[in-house]
Amino acid sequence: MAETVSILEHKGLGVTQRRDNWWIKPLLVFIGLSAFGVYSTWAAWQGNNFLFTGHGAYYLSPFYSPQVQLWFGLHLPFSFAFLILWIPLGFRATCYYYRKTYYRAFFLDPAACAVGEPKHRHYHGERKFPFTVQNIHRYFFYLATIVLLFLWYDAVRAFFFRGATGHLQFGVGVGSVVMLVNVIALSGFSFGCNSLRHLVGGKLDCFSCSRTARARYKIWGKVSILNLRHAEWAWVSLFSVGLTDLYIRLCAMGVLHDARLLLIK
Amino acid sequence: MSQRTFKVWRGDANGGAFVDYQVDVQEGMVVLDAIHQIQRQHAPDLACRWNCKAAKCGSCSAEVNGKPRLMCKTRLDALPASEAISVSPMKTFPIIRDLVTDVSWNYTVNKQIPPFTPAPDATFLMQQCDVDRVQEFRKCIECFLCQDVCHVLREHNLQSQFFGPRFLVRAASLEMHPLDTLDRLKLLKDQGGVGLCNITKCCTEVCPEEIHITDNAIIPLKERVVDKYYDPLRIVLRVLTGAGGNSKGK
Repeated sequence: MAETVSILEHKGLGVTQRRDNWWIKPLLVFIGLSAFGVYSTWAAWQGNNFLFTGHGAYYLSPFYSPQVQLWFGLHLPFSFAFLILWIPLGFRATCYYYRKTYYRAFFLDPAACAVGEPKHRHYHGERKFPFTVQNIHRYFFYLATIVLLFLWYDAVRAFFFRGATGHLQFGVGVGSVVMLVNVIALSGFSFGCNSLRHLVGGKLDCFSCSRTARARYKIWGKVSILNLRHAEWAWVSLFSVGLTDLYIRLCAMGVLHDARLLLIK
Repeated sequence: MSQRTFKVWRGDANGGAFVDYQVDVQEGMVVLDAIHQIQRQHAPDLACRWNCKAAKCGSCSAEVNGKPRLMCKTRLDALPASEAISVSPMKTFPIIRDLVTDVSWNYTVNKQIPPFTPAPDATFLMQQCDVDRVQEFRKCIECFLCQDVCHVLREHNLQSQFFGPRFLVRAASLEMHPLDTLDRLKLLKDQGGVGLCNITKCCTEVCPEEIHITDNAIIPLKERVVDKYYDPLRIVLRVLTGAGGNSKGK
């Protein structure tokens, strides 16, 4: 093997021969993730305006579901949203797609393909703590799926409005649609998870060797379809969950009026 | 007929620089055509490795405008017309001369991966669904663009600890093969350095065969390594049941 040192060896942050605007994408990701982080932390701190019950509606913010403080009669010195949010946060933080985005946009490791990085003393990838925690992504998936079940319940509940007599009536408000779209987006993201893809069938070497394996192959195929667009689902669901909280919050504050599109009496 | 300026890296192991050449451009030309024209008209000593000119041999890998690409698959009309086109050798590998690099390190890595090992009594009748997944990995033309762009090799020079995307793809094609009996997970975790990959997907972006290197090869291997070495419940179960934890389950 030839031993070489050439002018192409120059390294350092941003060193590249690329001529395109490679920095735009990591910058947008940085802004997008930062904006969501700031908003979600602020919304979780508030501890109020997370439930809209005006005109018989029942819209619960996804940041505050399930309402675990009611189950256990807890009186916490902080917003109970923090009892929940570590689960979806952990799920997203250990997600293979999000790992790509924040390694690029926040760690600049690398910021873009074939672009120089900041000087590292030692690079360990995901082999050292805290990055070894990424290996329990599947457990965050299990927990996030439980939270997702509650969000589906909330979305269905949002289609039922309490009438003057106290009975529930089927109806559709803008909030119902917002919550349904949100939970569909979250499901599209969750069920395209790489760990799920592995667990349902990817770990098998032989898809045809048994009836169970053939069934798992079919499920693996379905998860693979969602997984192909995992990045898109990740972004859509990130914004949908933030916008759903914002919509419910503004309704609860009286800033927005929730239009009723349909009500069956 | 218009002309375009090419900045081609000329030099050897001791160093070099970009040299400007004017090239007559015709419709449908690719970068490799331009390099051949430069060899004919300006610099017969310009070193360039190529073979099929059909994006199948994987020989003409280089960096065009800073991006790892096959020169034979990069059309000039796909590059910005307003500026000169730069062509340089793959940065990750030692330079021999001009656009030719020494990629022999890849072959030493390849030798470390135990080859396909079927059971002695294996029946080589396979269902299509079992073939499809590993078939994708067989599309690899060994252009080594993925190795070139991988920052673990390119920026951190961890060749001694990391196989690189190309050979994780090869390992995946063996690990997922229904007739293979070997367990390579320890090799991949330790010498292969699969944990060094931080899945930034540059390998997938540059692959001319459009193999989903990260999603279909590296992440599934990472998950298999998690099964065996990091999943706490599985570790407890293995301890309780005394199972060996062979990835092949055999």
